[in-house]
Amino acid sequence: MHVTFSEADLAFQEEVRTFFRDEYPDEIREAVSSGEELPREMQIRWQKILFEKGWAGINWPTEHGGTGWTPVQKYIYAREEGNANAPVIVPFGLNMVGPVIYTFGSEAQKNRFLPDILASNTWWCQGYSEPGAGSDLASLKTKGDLVGDHWVVNGTKTWTTLGQFADWIFCLVRTTSDVARRQEGISFLLIDMKSPGVTVKPIILLDGTHEVNEIHFDNVEVPVENLVGEEGKGWTYGKVLLQHERTNSANTFRSEYRLRKLREQAATSVRGAPPLADDKNFMRRLAAVEVELKGLEYTELRTLAAVSSGKAPGPESSFLKIKGTEIQQAIDTLYMDAAGYYALPYRADPSVGEGTETLTALRYFNFRKATIYAGSNEIQKNIIAKHVLGL
Amino acid sequence: MDFSLNEIQAMLADSVDKFIQNEYDFDTRQAYAESDTGFSADVWSTFAELGWTAVPFAEDDGGLDGGPADIMVLMQQLARGLVVEPYLANVILAGGILRRAANAEQKERWLQPMIAGELHATLAFNEPQARYRLTSVATTATRDGDDWILNGCKGVVLNGGTADLLIIPARTSGNADDERGITLFGVAADSDGLTCNAYATYDGQRAAEVILDGVCVEDRAVLGEVDDGFADLDATIDEATLAVCAEAVGIMQVLKDKTVEYSKDRSQFGVPIGSFQELQHRMVDMLMACEQAQSLLLWAVMANASGSEESKRAVSSIKYLVSTAGRSLGEDAIQIHGGMGVTWELDVAHYFKRLTAIGTMFGDADWHLDKLASASH
Ligand SMILES: Cc1cc2nc3c(=O)[nH]c(=O)nc-3n(C[C@H](O)[C@H](O)[C@H](O)COP(=O)(O)OP(=O)(O)OC[C@H]3O[C@@H](n4cnc5c(N)ncnc54)[C@H](O)[C@@H]3O)c2cc1C
Repeated sequence: MHVTFSEADLAFQEEVRTFFRDEYPDEIREAVSSGEELPREMQIRWQKILFEKGWAGINWPTEHGGTGWTPVQKYIYAREEGNANAPVIVPFGLNMVGPVIYTFGSEAQKNRFLPDILASNTWWCQGYSEPGAGSDLASLKTKGDLVGDHWVVNGTKTWTTLGQFADWIFCLVRTTSDVARRQEGISFLLIDMKSPGVTVKPIILLDGTHEVNEIHFDNVEVPVENLVGEEGKGWTYGKVLLQHERTNSANTFRSEYRLRKLREQAATSVRGAPPLADDKNFMRRLAAVEVELKGLEYTELRTLAAVSSGKAPGPESSFLKIKGTEIQQAIDTLYMDAAGYYALPYRADPSVGEGTETLTALRYFNFRKATIYAGSNEIQKNIIAKHVLGL
Repeated sequence: MDFSLNEIQAMLADSVDKFIQNEYDFDTRQAYAESDTGFSADVWSTFAELGWTAVPFAEDDGGLDGGPADIMVLMQQLARGLVVEPYLANVILAGGILRRAANAEQKERWLQPMIAGELHATLAFNEPQARYRLTSVATTATRDGDDWILNGCKGVVLNGGTADLLIIPARTSGNADDERGITLFGVAADSDGLTCNAYATYDGQRAAEVILDGVCVEDRAVLGEVDDGFADLDATIDEATLAVCAEAVGIMQVLKDKTVEYSKDRSQFGVPIGSFQELQHRMVDMLMACEQAQSLLLWAVMANASGSEESKRAVSSIKYLVSTAGRSLGEDAIQIHGGMGVTWELDVAHYFKRLTAIGTMFGDADWHLDKLASASH
């Protein structure tokens, strides 16, 4: 039993560390630590830096320009990325539709879409959920009818994250309604957001941000060559992708970074108040979250060890999602509580002083979403109960 | 034993309820919250006309002679409309000080116009370094002939931006954090040397950072005795704590009701989500939290009204419950609403935000639990 890295892994760690130290632009670094949403341009600029370095397709196979990293290397990378507080990669292209296309897509689709995804030339969004189909995704109603060489798509997708910036959307669409199981007859379509009949309506979240959208499809014509894999098999492809989404949502190292920062903050006096480090109640709560996080980190390592020895990630990804998001929210709560009255101002205001303090509550509110999206935590528990416990 | 409302309280509850039903729907509230001042001057006049601004004051001062129970009834009803008009700042906070400490001339100058809805006032009880310590008063007032010169900062002053009158606790003697040596001053907002940076708070309300840079006031600005303001300040904050707890209990009930209703309407997997046992149990927890909160609130209000020695303990108890159970109730309400719960469009998120703000106000859960842990029973 050991968790030491090989010489090669340590050398890799050094390389990654150096990269984040030297090539992570100060301007973007400052924007991320301000706590405000990262502007689209900076997001793309950062992803292009990763692309230039050859590190955009972390999970991608080398034949498609991916890193081909071992699970341990991915782990090391994630840790350094978290330590550097680097921007969160917009997952829809690189982590979601990319893997679906290189796994299930045609050669033509691979050639057409993958290079632009890898280089962050195109912005993608995810069109799964609908007003009537959230947790029960298989009840989706957006419909595709084959007319000549086009799928004609009608319906409404919702909660589409950053859809306002997207060039493309990947959608689950019902193409056959006469099926034995509702999961059948759903297809995976790639839709150009500039197609006539697509309209994007903003949904404002409780913290006032425009992060998600409702997207309407009114007789949108989608060329047949934009169907991924087989007609009616989209659910299977989509599920592969969801498991990725769940493992990614553990965010262990970002949580570690935030807890470390909070400890640093607690040791200092903010606005002349006594340091929070003197407040035993607060520090005990902080320590309790650190314990949980350490547990999660080792659970992730155990999953990693299993994956390294050839086992596929299964329902355990649900565990990582639940714990990871609970810890994120616990940290958000600590930050907000640390700010006391200064969590109240709605926007960072120079006259109020510490801008980051005033954003703590907004983050706390915004990240209530973490236990709702990517399959709510209740749904994850249902999955574990059924598939792990056999209940 | 009788926990029912008396006739006047029932009338008060009824009139606030009618007002919210008829004139204060959620969209209206949002429009007021987003207006320049953050509330409606017309609505405020209505509050004054209906006598709501007069509730806790003596009849001789133009008040209705109401007590903590009446305020509880009123706040619990106002909560249902998420009312943004500055009732807490004017009537409870500034009013609490004026009622206790103002002399006849000051009452005529400040309290009566406030009750009439013609003058806005607030109490700047907090300083940037204070966290929740009321005694942390670093703002100073020094003698200058017959006048006083005030210097310092006040933080997150509720409705500071629209107040005509700011009540400023300032240190006239003693050390930082001493109870003794705090004096209360009534300071006009347009005084030379006073700067007020107003901003919106996340719960749809307004606050301000106030800087006093050599502000000169006459001796008649002193409310009560020099050096002796703490007792009035402390008693006022206890009352204000009860008032926001009453508001919080009202909000908790609304959130519980709305969540239960939503869970019956929203279907997934072909059944209402309210049929899932996991969610049912959480909604039962919400109900139990509401009942516990309502009970502690009544205890605290009665203890406070009778001036019993349990009063402080009762106030900290209900505040602790509101900060903890209120938080988890609010979080569950959002969670059970799914994606809808985190939208600006739905009122649920706004109730949750106000409940969160109240959780912090006048001391968070840790603060009050500490008080309870160290209090001798
Ligand atoms: C900020 C945000 C961003 C999102 N981004 C995207 C995106 O980019 N693309 C996309 O396709 N979707 C996205 N989603 C949608 C997300 O996946 C759904 O919100 C989620 O699946 C829950 O669906 P719902 O909101 O309809 O809630 P519902 O399914 O109506 O659930 C309501 C409540 O009921 C509970 N519940 C439901 N079924 C059960 C059950 N069987 N047992 C116990 N409890 C149950 C849920 O856990 C929840 O608490 C996003 C959502 C949010 C909030």
